[in-house]
Parts: sequence; C-alpha cells; structure tokens
Amino acid sequence: MRILTFVSQTLDAEEPVRLRDGAVDLSSSKLVIDTMDEYGVEEALRLREACAETEVIAVGVGATTMQDALRTALAMGADRAIHVLTEAPVDPVAVGSIVAEIAKEEKVDLIFAGGQQSSWDSQALGSVIAEKIGWPQVTWVSKLQLNGSTLTGVHDVDAGTETFEVNLPAVLTTQQGLNEPRYPTLPNIIKSRKKELRSELAERFKPSVKTRTAFASLQSKERLHRIIDGKDPGAAAGQLVEFLRNEAKVIA
Amino acid sequence: MILIVAEHGAQGLSKTTAEMVFAARAISTGTLIGILVLGHQVAAVATEASYLSSQVLVADRPELEHYDPELWTAAVSQIATEGDAEYIFVAGSRAGREYSARVATRVNAALLEDVIALDVVNDEVTAERYTYLSRVTEKIVAEAKPVVAIFKPGVFPIATPNAEAGEQFDVDLDLPVPRVRITDRSTARSVRIALEDAELVVSGGRGVGSAEGFTRYVEGLADQIGAAVGATRAIVDAGWRPYSEQVGQTGKTVQPQAYFAIGISGAIQHLSGMNKSKYIIAINKDAECPMIRTCDCGVIGNMDDIVPALIQALRK
Repeated sequence: MRILTFVSQTLDAEEPVRLRDGAVDLSSSKLVIDTMDEYGVEEALRLREACAETEVIAVGVGATTMQDALRTALAMGADRAIHVLTEAPVDPVAVGSIVAEIAKEEKVDLIFAGGQQSSWDSQALGSVIAEKIGWPQVTWVSKLQLNGSTLTGVHDVDAGTETFEVNLPAVLTTQQGLNEPRYPTLPNIIKSRKKELRSELAERFKPSVKTRTAFASLQSKERLHRIIDGKDPGAAAGQLVEFLRNEAKVIA
Repeated sequence: MILIVAEHGAQGLSKTTAEMVFAARAISTGTLIGILVLGHQVAAVATEASYLSSQVLVADRPELEHYDPELWTAAVSQIATEGDAEYIFVAGSRAGREYSARVATRVNAALLEDVIALDVVNDEVTAERYTYLSRVTEKIVAEAKPVVAIFKPGVFPIATPNAEAGEQFDVDLDLPVPRVRITDRSTARSVRIALEDAELVVSGGRGVGSAEGFTRYVEGLADQIGAAVGATRAIVDAGWRPYSEQVGQTGKTVQPQAYFAIGISGAIQHLSGMNKSKYIIAINKDAECPMIRTCDCGVIGNMDDIVPALIQALRK
C-alpha cells in the first residue's frame, strides 16, 4: 500500500501575524508543519507499522521554506517527500488539484490531509483532492482502522458523530484527537537527511488559480483589559456584576 | 442565476439560509435567485423557502434523507450547470464546507470560503474572510465565474420574507450511489439554547476541574443569566461535554454580546472561535494566561470562590 500525506506549513501558533504592504508577511516568522496535517502523517505511519510493505510519501506545495516542513515529516518517519515549488500565490483548489495529480502519478491508495489549513482557515483541501481524483472522502476523522482494503472509523459531523465504512482508495481529513503525533528523535532526524526529497515545479501541473488575495488587515478588537483581584470573592463578584449591568449592559 | 442551497433541519430552514438570501438580494441586479431544497419529506421546508424567493427547486427523494458529500455535490453541480448559475451559495456548516469545495472543483468555479462580506463592483466579485485562525481579515477577489461562496453563519442579516409565496418546481437528478457507508449516527445535542444564536455564552475549560465542576460553575452561571453553554476542545476530548458544545477552530464559531470564559487559558484554536465576541469576560486563577490578556473584564481567582459569589451577586 502507498499512502500520501499532505503537509502544509503555517505560522507557529505562538507567533504574531505580521503584515507588510497589505499582505501577510511570513518572511521573518517561525514556520512549522500545520498540526492538523501532522495528525495525518502520524496516522499514515501507524498504518505502515500495522501493514507490511507500506510506503508513506509526504507532499507539500509552496515556497522553498516548505522543505523544512517536509523534513519534519521525514524525521517523523515518512519514507520520502515531494515538494512542489511555487513562489506564486496559489489557492486551496489549485493546491488540491496538484496533490491529486501527484497521487495519480505515484499510484497511491490512501490520502491524508488536515481538516483545516490554519493559514487560509480553509477546509476545502480534502474535498478538492477527492473530487479531482474521483474518490470518496471522509472528513474530520477521529478514529480509524484498516481491515484488508476497508477503512472503518468515526468522524465528526454537524449533528455529532458518525461511524463510517469506506473501501480504499479514499481521501481522509484528520484532526486533533485522532492520535498523538510523535516527536522526531535525533537518530530519526539524522536518518531523514538521507531520505529522498524530490522537487517539482508547480508549472508542470498547470495550476488554475481562480482567487486572489487583494488585501489583508490585522483582525484585532480593542479590549478593555479591566482586571479584578478575586482575593475577596464577594467584592470581586460585585465589581463584575457592576461591569456587566452598567458598563457592558449585557445583563439586566 | 444565484443558486442558494437551502440548509435545513428539524427546526425547518436554517438562519444561515435566510442570511444567504439577504446577501443574494444585495448583489442581484435583476438576477434570478433560486433556492434549491435537497432532502426527503421536505414539503414544509420548500414552502418556507418559497417565501424567500420566487423560484424554489425541490428534490424530495428518499436517497437524500441523509447528507452525503458525493450526493450533494452531484445534485448541486447538476442544477448549477443546467441553470447556468453564476453564483452558488452554501451555508458554512461542516457539511456545507465539505461538499461546496467538491462542487467548486466539479463546475470549475472560484471558491470563496467562510465569507463575511460580499460585494460585486463592475462585475468584480470581492469577499472578505478571516484567515490565520481568525487573526487576519483578507479581501479575496474571485477571478472567474461561476463563484461558489460559503457563508459564515450569523454574519449577514436575515432576509425579510415576501408577502406571497414563489413557485416550486420538482427537479430530476442523476444521483450516484454513496461510497461511504454510515453504520451508526450519534447526535450529541445540547438541550440548551443553540450556541450560534445565543446573545450570552458561558464556556468552561480544564480550569473547572471536572465534569461536575462544569455543571456547578458553567451551567450554574448559564442558568442564572439565560446563556448557552460552550466548552473547549480539551474537555470535549476528556468526555466531560458533548462535541456539539465545542467552541473553536474545530468546533463552533460564536459571536455573542458577552462570552464568559470560565477556567479557559485561551489556546489560539479556542480564541479563533470566540474572539469576535462583543465583550469577553474571563475568570481564571492564572493572571498571565492568554484569555486574561485578551479579555475586557477578568477576575483573577479561585473558581470555587468566584463563581458561586458571582451567581449569588446576580440574584440580587
């Protein structure tokens, strides 16, 4: 079996977002592998540990810095990685189409992607890949098992959860709760340096980008930052009620 | 045509459906607005929809009783193509965000996700949306038609119903057989006010200590002020609360008048689901946690003392 696991790179959650000339500027920010995608890498590795002769390929689309995220996936244990290089802006539909093309070329049986990419706050990727390659999809998977060529598991839907069954090949999107992603150990980091990280140019896939980001502004609301010491709970509660009733006027 | 896919449930048409009608009327310069109702035994919903638009397309079939991404993709794509839709509007629920991306891919459309503003000037379609875990607002231009727009719930006003009902048409669909088999469904509905609609929300995190602590402090306070109840991912994962109450990146997005964060430290993933609240009230023992740093009014102290005192003070 061959598993493709999509990897994107995003701002470290602890880092502030910086803007320059009306656009998000990541050039001086610490970038990390998107945690939502990390669950996919981990799940692929677990499936490989359970089934003989399984290969895990990590795929990323983006600027040169993307190679760091792919190196992280290799250090976690992926067998090889493919970096589709593009410095030009892309959108989730274009990225998904490229990933679907690679999945076809590499003849994979199963594709993982994070349920939401936190840079675009997009949930489109898994659906786009599934549509482009013509496979079924299950999003927001929180439990997964493979028996022969049938995947069973649990995923989140609007009303709660569903237990599902789907045959390979399929596209699954991952999220927190599915597993606990492993940390790359030092020996694995050293080993990963010898692993194949192939580069492709995005142009080869003729991506069709149909949206353009025209302007970005920081979304920040001025907050009042009123802090009440709770050492005397009765007095603190009184002050808070006073704030709620007379200042914020949210409670009668 | 602007094709709006109706979102509906046990309570009839969703609020987001009426919000999409409002957005459609705002950009329509004589363009026909059609509402597509997919489901089984949806006559009441179709009638409700007919007061929002002159044309309602209805596919009432047993296969459509439960949502499936491939069924919905096939149905919406077919109607959009046959009706030569310029715009396809979908509600931003989990399901909506899932199938709409498939539809956009199939009909070769520009995809605008999580739209909070939509504007058409000289035929250029521009949307606004939040990115980077709701920390950035971006203006996105659609550079092709059709446009698939996914609407963030609770942002647009609700369209006023027309005095007279529009026409209803039954539509024929070529539907595929779903490839994902659902063997069990579990609904974990909260019995309280719907989170998305609430003016007041009280949420709890690990700091409430236990499921019992949640009941005592979070539900206790919510009952006192008539608020909806929310939870963090951590305590949903711990099994203290149902998933339907989860607020944040992988749960619901809320925008109440006041959001009470009880024992929530404020991970960025949680903040992204509530940082648009008008007032944020935090109760936490850690004065340095992100929630206290983000709030309008924060009480630093012990949950066991502060919350009962607050409930007591509110009774006066």
